[in-house]
Amino acid sequence: MILGYILRRLAFLPLTLLLVAFATFIVLRLTGNPVDIFLDINRTPEQVAALTKRLHLDEPIPIQFLIFLGDLLRGDFGESLQFSNSASAVVWGRVGATLQLAGTALGLAVLLGVLGGIVCAVWRDRAADAVISSIAVAGQSMPSFWLGMLLIEFFALQMRWLPTSGYGEPRHLVLPAVTLATILLPNFVLITRTSILELMSEQFVVTGRSKGLSRRRVLFTHVLPNAVNPVLSFLGVQVGTLMAGSIITETIYAWPGVGRLLISSIFNRDVPVVEAAVFFIATAIALANLTVDVLQMLIDPRIRRA
Amino acid sequence: MTKKKKKRALFGKRFKMAVGGTVLVLAVFCAVFAPLIAPFDPYQQDLMARLKPGFWSEKAIAGHILGTDNYGRDLLSRLIYGSRLSILVGVASMLLSALIGTIAGIIAGLKGGMTEQAIMRFADAQMAFPDILLAILMAAALGGNALNLILVLGVSRWMVYARVVFGLTRTLKQRPFVEAATLYGGNDRYIMRQHILPQVAPVLIVVATLQVAQMILQETALSFLGLGLPPPAATWGNILAEGNTRLFIAPWIANFAGLSIILLVWGVNMLGNGLREQYDPRMISR
Repeated sequence: MILGYILRRLAFLPLTLLLVAFATFIVLRLTGNPVDIFLDINRTPEQVAALTKRLHLDEPIPIQFLIFLGDLLRGDFGESLQFSNSASAVVWGRVGATLQLAGTALGLAVLLGVLGGIVCAVWRDRAADAVISSIAVAGQSMPSFWLGMLLIEFFALQMRWLPTSGYGEPRHLVLPAVTLATILLPNFVLITRTSILELMSEQFVVTGRSKGLSRRRVLFTHVLPNAVNPVLSFLGVQVGTLMAGSIITETIYAWPGVGRLLISSIFNRDVPVVEAAVFFIATAIALANLTVDVLQMLIDPRIRRA
Repeated sequence: MTKKKKKRALFGKRFKMAVGGTVLVLAVFCAVFAPLIAPFDPYQQDLMARLKPGFWSEKAIAGHILGTDNYGRDLLSRLIYGSRLSILVGVASMLLSALIGTIAGIIAGLKGGMTEQAIMRFADAQMAFPDILLAILMAAALGGNALNLILVLGVSRWMVYARVVFGLTRTLKQRPFVEAATLYGGNDRYIMRQHILPQVAPVLIVVATLQVAQMILQETALSFLGLGLPPPAATWGNILAEGNTRLFIAPWIANFAGLSIILLVWGVNMLGNGLREQYDPRMISR
């Protein structure tokens, strides 16, 4: 049953990825000739011919797309134009840094966000709720790149506690992870708060209270276990935000991850690397969503029956 | 008992709408009358007055209230002019995505079947793709100008409206007044205009308002990444990016640009949240 569900969801995965491939292909191949951008004015016709052939630009466009798809299946995005290595190898080399940053940030955001949300819901409309909720709403309006700059200004330039950028040691991770976590944090606070408040008016909670269970007991045995699922499903939605946020965070802190690679490759018109990076990000999001859905089904029997 | 009644939210919906609306009106006022309000030409360079701080410092130059940037341009004037692009792109791209999304959502909801599957599955697939990633790709390919930014952002967010409108249309379709209109021979376009749109409108207004805030953030993010209007254009994202490289010697550039962005976005969010509480909150709860 569960296996069948996973398989059905896996069957949809190629469809999503095909759409991603199609979008990437259209946007990058049909809007400008990479040859023009990559070779300077003093190029020889031989150079043009060689690069055109290397990128299969001499074929008709549907054929180009098929070649592109075929290469994709083999995980081959072509040679990077700026690094003398295959594009997929270049991207793979950066995956570790991105996962480190995104993982730390997500952990921070979920932990603090859920705690904040619980505090808000339990002391609803009291001072703590008003303060945390207001900060959360204001936080949703905060441009992440500006937050990053403020943190650099204060902790790196004024206080000199932490480095402005760099990679390798734990202290380099602090500011980027906090920045990225702050992008997600307000949403987790608000979604946890709403889910718990909705659950508190459910009949089984009212019953629990009326048969004499303490507020705390009801919270821990009736409300919180049921709040896991909405938060988890929201986490699936937020993986996209996490990836988008890491592109910006990596750019601010010069973090050597996939996001920064993507931006620099766009400016250098390194089409194969752009394709590989976009594809990696899209696949990561699709897989994360799949994992979340399966987890939800394992946790909540109601979803299994539906 | 009276104590229980007093436990209302600290900020009521009227308060939110009033504050948010005021911020938005002020920002629009600044944008429209920028040439009259701005004390200087935002592109006027003055190399003798480079990177001078503003009113809080003794080194300030009279007239430059918020200081100057790396080329001696007046920061306040650049910020006032910057509101033009942010508001223009924010509102126009919202209108574009609302238009696409509403039409797609109503069609999917009314037609059902294969049409619904095609539109909604496509929306799902695009939802799984971070909008900023699509916007980055498109902006990189098309090049940065105001029209392209509107196009890029408009296309990247239509699914939000499509999903909301689709859900509402599907329930509305089964309501007696729509069924009656169908039986009387009203065609799809008539039903869409007379029966569905008026019902969807309040929800749509709320979603659209909140989306304007998102669009403004996205636009500044794209500009910040260097994918918006190229310098020297006075946009908030550009000013922020310029400030980013001079955080140590001239932190006020980035700070005031950031403050402008957060103030406008916060105002729009307040307005949207107020509107959300005004209309049925369950309809739009995420």
